[in-house]
Amino acid sequence: MKRAGLLLAAAAALGLAAGAQAADKLKVGFVYVGPIGDHGWTYRHDVGRLAIEKTFGDKVETTYVESVSEGADSERVIRQLASTGHGLIFTTSFGFMNPTVKVAKKFPKVKFEHCSGYKRAANVSTYLARFYEGRTISGLVAGKMTKSNVIGYIASFPIPEVVRGINAFTLALREVNPKAEVKVVWVNTWYDPGKEGDAAKALIDQGADVILQHTDSPAPAQIAQKRGVWAVGQASDMTKFAPRAHLTAIIDNWDSYYVARTKAVLDGTWKESDVWGGLKSGMVEMAPYNSAIPKDVVALAKQAEADIKSGKRHPFQGPVRNQAGKVVIPEGKTADDKMLLSMDWYVEGVQGKLPGK
Amino acid sequence: MLPRLEPRSGVSAAMMLLTPAIAVGLTLIAGVIMFAALGFDPGRALYTFFVKPVSTLYGVSELLVKATPLAIIGIGLALGFRANVWNIGAEGQFTLGAICGGGVALALHGVESWLVLPAMAVAGILGGLAWGAIPALLRVRFNANEILTSLMLTYVATLLLSYLVHGPWRDPDGLNFPESRMFEDSALLPVILDETRLSIAAPITLLIVLAGWLVLSRAFLGFQIKVVGQSPAAASYAGFSEKRLIWTTLCVSGALAGLAGMFEVSGPIGQLHPVVSPGYGFTAIIVAFLGRLHPVGVLFASLLIALSYLGGELAQIELKLPLALTGVFQGMLLFFLLGTDVLIRYRVRFGRRGAQIALPQGG
Repeated sequence: MKRAGLLLAAAAALGLAAGAQAADKLKVGFVYVGPIGDHGWTYRHDVGRLAIEKTFGDKVETTYVESVSEGADSERVIRQLASTGHGLIFTTSFGFMNPTVKVAKKFPKVKFEHCSGYKRAANVSTYLARFYEGRTISGLVAGKMTKSNVIGYIASFPIPEVVRGINAFTLALREVNPKAEVKVVWVNTWYDPGKEGDAAKALIDQGADVILQHTDSPAPAQIAQKRGVWAVGQASDMTKFAPRAHLTAIIDNWDSYYVARTKAVLDGTWKESDVWGGLKSGMVEMAPYNSAIPKDVVALAKQAEADIKSGKRHPFQGPVRNQAGKVVIPEGKTADDKMLLSMDWYVEGVQGKLPGK
Repeated sequence: MLPRLEPRSGVSAAMMLLTPAIAVGLTLIAGVIMFAALGFDPGRALYTFFVKPVSTLYGVSELLVKATPLAIIGIGLALGFRANVWNIGAEGQFTLGAICGGGVALALHGVESWLVLPAMAVAGILGGLAWGAIPALLRVRFNANEILTSLMLTYVATLLLSYLVHGPWRDPDGLNFPESRMFEDSALLPVILDETRLSIAAPITLLIVLAGWLVLSRAFLGFQIKVVGQSPAAASYAGFSEKRLIWTTLCVSGALAGLAGMFEVSGPIGQLHPVVSPGYGFTAIIVAFLGRLHPVGVLFASLLIALSYLGGELAQIELKLPLALTGVFQGMLLFFLLGTDVLIRYRVRFGRRGAQIALPQGG
């Protein structure tokens, strides 16, 4: 008994020491839905976390908890971070929205940043990237590179973000190649190399010669390389996994946002906000274009990048028709954020039916 | 000369009860060695992993929240496993319970009545029961292996939930995101400790433990289960119906998993999500065995496994240790438990074998 008591006391003292040490540092916590080694979504958020450490050095301390389930566990993990002295907490999956808001109510002094949700509070901000701008660029490239005019698209869950990507891609694809069509496979996961690879194989068997993915593992690009077709990477530059097949990739870049928000907390200027950054703010980037892409196609892609940044071009520029051929966005108009955020219909040129419709 | 295993003449009952404690002790010792090898202070690491998570009242309440589904499912599974009925699909039955219980909550949205929760519980139980009855029917009728059928039905259940929250049950004000609306207060389990998520599910779990214990030790059903498990031939001579036991154990374990699923969505989650379980149905299999297939043992095992999850989270936060550590601890615990089990049933002998004894085959 005595020894156990001593051990407890020693451990408690250690805990106290750690607490005192951390008092003058800003502790920044991250809750991840996947493993940091996924080479995609979570990996890119973790790169953002490391950017905070690199920028602020001794002034901050960062923590992460990986592979947190979106069920009942997330609320406890978020609360544990809040109650262990973290002043800024990033929760980086849609399913963490309600738990984040619940915990935020109990910890009004802690700042929360939730990625991809829509619920905000005085101490809860939301942020997301306009990945669909990158889809436009990859649509232009895919339209020029396809020979079979069949594009395979591996989609995760039928939420607006993913549907928006499919639509932006398809609009750009058919702008340069009106005969091209898009086949979509829903894999109902963000990260499952086996399933993603199988979906890629099935799409290639159906004639697809460019594979797009809205899932996070490099498996589809690897399959594409093996089968001699093209691929567009997701979330991070996947060139090293499939150097021949990898046309480009849509890179999530959270570094500058994470650094800016951390700085705001350090300066005491942090305020609730809703940030939706795209190519212009650097939250979305295109990976280097494959040297096999003809020069004029690269020039077209780069021009489109510049035009989106300058506002000359919008990924959803009317007229935009839905699958039934009905004009949803009239000529001269562009889709507003409200329409983009709740998009649950396919544009013309996408094959199949949206699940749940 | 290779060591070999010889069966012992008798298995000590005291040792059977002691081995889980020995396994925990060995796990701790191995943990100390591992932390020291990784360059961490073993005392502080073990404290963070096993003590700190429950050093506050909130921590204890979270331990109970996490252990509740594991215990409820584990008790149902233990009954079946004792009768050699291998229900591996508790995850699916849990999901069906969440779907049916949650469905009632959504259908009765706006109804302020104390009857909402009992109705949800009944629906959850029936949902899990139905999902357990399918493998029972396939086994009894077509002799289809319930390990495979119950496991495969898990994926059906997950996809059904996914369809519902992406489609008909989607929150009308949720911008098409895949989750149901939040349940009303009348569809949420009453919290029994302020400022925590500890609900009446925890005391109900204790009642289920007690009921499971009584069934096994006092009821004729429990006797039949034990006889079938230990000696199927003796059971058939005694005229016990194997079919009836398959039906009963699969339905009961399904119903309990369904109840646990309903508790989860009407308790800590409070809505339907594409993900309602971080694998409770599968973890409960470990819990059942760790608890010696005994309801009280299952209760302790569920607390221990729940603690390993909480400790894993805290170790990531406080010590920046990797998540894999949780898996390593659970793996070591099982390894030492199975290892000590082998050693109480067999003795290790070196040297040439005297009288030729056939090595018993595991199975």
